[in-house]
Amino acid sequence: MWKFIVRRLIITLPQLLLMSLLVFFMASLMPGDAFTSQVDPSLSPEAIEEQRERLGLNDPWYQQYGRWISNVAEGDFGTSTAHYRPVTDLIWERMINTIWLSLLSVIFIYAIGIPLGIISGRWNDRLVDQIITGYTYLGFATPIFIFALVVLFFFGFTLGWFPTGGSVASGLEPGSFEYIMSKLHHLLLPALSIALIGVVGTVQYLRSEIIDTKQKDFIVTARAKGAPESRVYNRHIFRNSVLPIAAFFGYEITMLITGSVFVEQIFSYPGMGNLFIESILIRDFPVVTAVVLLFGLAAILGALLSDIILSIVDPRIRIK
Amino acid sequence: MLNQELLKINNLSTSFQIDEEYYAAVDDVSLTVRENEVLAIVGESGSGKSATAFSIMGLHNRGKIEGEILLQGQDLAKLSTSEMNKIRGKDMSMIFQDPLTALNPLMEIGVQIGEVLLLHNKNMSKTERRNYAIELLGRVGIPRPERTIDQFPHELSGGMRQRVIIAIAIANQPKLLIADEPTTALDVTIQAQILDLMQELKDDLNSGVILITHDLGVVAEMADRVAVMYAGQIVEESDVESIFVNPQHPYTRSLLSSIPATDYAQDRLHVIQGIVPSLKHLPRTGCRFKERIPWIDDDAHEDHPVLHEVSEDHFVRCTCYQHFYFPDENKEDQANGVTEG
Repeated sequence: MWKFIVRRLIITLPQLLLMSLLVFFMASLMPGDAFTSQVDPSLSPEAIEEQRERLGLNDPWYQQYGRWISNVAEGDFGTSTAHYRPVTDLIWERMINTIWLSLLSVIFIYAIGIPLGIISGRWNDRLVDQIITGYTYLGFATPIFIFALVVLFFFGFTLGWFPTGGSVASGLEPGSFEYIMSKLHHLLLPALSIALIGVVGTVQYLRSEIIDTKQKDFIVTARAKGAPESRVYNRHIFRNSVLPIAAFFGYEITMLITGSVFVEQIFSYPGMGNLFIESILIRDFPVVTAVVLLFGLAAILGALLSDIILSIVDPRIRIK
Repeated sequence: MLNQELLKINNLSTSFQIDEEYYAAVDDVSLTVRENEVLAIVGESGSGKSATAFSIMGLHNRGKIEGEILLQGQDLAKLSTSEMNKIRGKDMSMIFQDPLTALNPLMEIGVQIGEVLLLHNKNMSKTERRNYAIELLGRVGIPRPERTIDQFPHELSGGMRQRVIIAIAIANQPKLLIADEPTTALDVTIQAQILDLMQELKDDLNSGVILITHDLGVVAEMADRVAVMYAGQIVEESDVESIFVNPQHPYTRSLLSSIPATDYAQDRLHVIQGIVPSLKHLPRTGCRFKERIPWIDDDAHEDHPVLHEVSEDHFVRCTCYQHFYFPDENKEDQANGVTEG
C-alpha cells in the first residue's frame, strides 16, 4: 500500500515539471510581457531596452524559467498589474472563499447524491426510481449557468430570501457569529445551485453500479449464507458499488480550488473562478499565470488523491 | 437399511413471469434426499435443475413456488424471508458453480467465512470466529490457512477459491448441502480433488447432498441416486447403478450414448437432435421430449405423461421408453441433421 503511494507520488513529479513548463511557455506566448503594460509611453526606446535588460527579460528562456519557478516555489507569483498587490495575497483571499463554497457544494452533492443513488438502484424501475431518474435527465439537460440564473432570480431577487452577490454582508466584525452566519447565507444559494446540477452524475453512477452489483454471484452467496437484506445491501452491494464514486472524490476535491467559473460569476461571488475571468478580461497576466498553475496543480493532486483512495477501498489495485 | 429422510419435495413447481404470464421452470418435481446420501440431478442447460436448487434455498428471484419443500418436516416454501435466513447457511447451504465470481472481491477470506459464523452464532467472539475459520480452511485442504485468511479472493487460484466456498458452506455443519455444478469451472485435476473433498465432508457431517451437474462422470463417481431432468420435469429417477446399467427413458439413453468413448475409436459423437425448448415454448401437454426423437411413433407417447415404476424404486416418465430405439447409422445422421457429402 505505501509502496503504491510512493510510486504514485514519484510519477507526479515529472507531471508537475511538465505542467509548469507548459504554463511558462503559454505565458511567454501571450502578446506583450510583464513590462508592456507598466511602461511610461514617453520613455525613449533605448531606456526601455535598458530596463528590459536590467529586469532580465532578454535572458534565454531557461534562465527566465529558472528564476520564475524558484520564485513560485517560494510562493512569490509576482505583483498583479491591475491591483498593484502581490498575486499571492490576492489569490489567497479568493481561494478561501472558493474553498468554503466548494466544500459546501461537495457536502451537498454527497448528502443528496448517495441516498438518491441507493434508493434509485435498489428499487430500480419502480416509481421512485423513475422520478429520480427523471430528475437526473433534467439535471443533465440543464446548463448550470441557466439554472443558477433562474435560482438567483427566483430566490434572491423575487423572494429576496438570499443575497444576490458577494461573500459576506459589509460592516460585520470578522469572526463574530453574525459574520459567520452572513457568510453561510451568501454561500447557500450558489452551493445549492452547484449541488443540484452536479449531483446527477453521482446519482446515475451509483444507480447503475448498484443495479450491476445486485446481479453479481457473490450477492447470491451472501443471501445463501442467510444474510438479511439490509446486510446484503450495506455490506456487499453498497461497498462494491461505491468504488467509482470514491475514485471520483479526488476530482471533486480539485473543484475545491478551481471553483465554479459560471456560478461565481453569476452570483458575483469573489472566488477563484471569478478572479480567473476578471484577470483574463483585464489582461492581468501574473494573476492568470498563477491561477492556471494552481488549477493544474489541483488537477494533478486530485488525480493522485483519487488513485490513493481507490487503492484504499479496492484491494485489487494495491501492489504487493 | 435406508437412512433417515432429510429433505422431501412434494410436487414442487417454480414459475417465472415472462410478459405478464407465468411459466413453470420446475414442473411438478418430487424428490427425496436421505442423510449421508448424494442425489444427483442431471440434465442439459435449461432443464430446470438449477431452478430446483435455488427454489429449495429460497433464492429464486421473484419466482412463484407451489408445492412442499420439507426439510426435516418443516415446509420451507411457507417460510418468510427472515425465517429462511435462519436456515440458509446453517441447516442447508450451497456450493456455487463459479468460484471466480462467488466471493466478494473486496472482503478478506476470513471476513467472508466469519460472516456465516456471525449470522448463526451470535455468541461466538471475534477471535473464536477467526480461529474456527482458520480451522475450516485447513479442513478443506488449504495449505497455509493462517495466511490465506487475510488474503483477498483475487490472490487465490480457482481451485483454492472453490475450497473457500466449500469452507463457507460447511461452516455451520449443514444437514443439507446443495452443490450447483461445483466442478464445472475447474481444471480436470482440480475437479477430482474437489469431488474427493466433498465426499469426505459429506461422510464426516452425515449430510445429505444434492449434486447438480451435467457431467455424467461426476454422477458415476459421487451419486447414490440420480434424477434426470428434462424441460422442468423429472423424466427418470433411480439408484445410480440402474441409470448407468439399465437406462430406460429415451433422454437418459441419449445422454449416456453421447459420452465420448475412450476404449474404442469413435468416428462421430452421438448428438441429441435439437435443443431444450425455451420456457415460453414448452409443450403444455404430451411428452416434452417428443420433438427430439421424431422417428418414434406419435402413438408411443402418452397424452399426459406420468412417472411409471418400471422396477423397484426406478421411475420413468411417459410410455415412449417402451418403444424407443436408436435409429440406424443413416437414420441417425438424418435425425441429427448431419448432411455430409
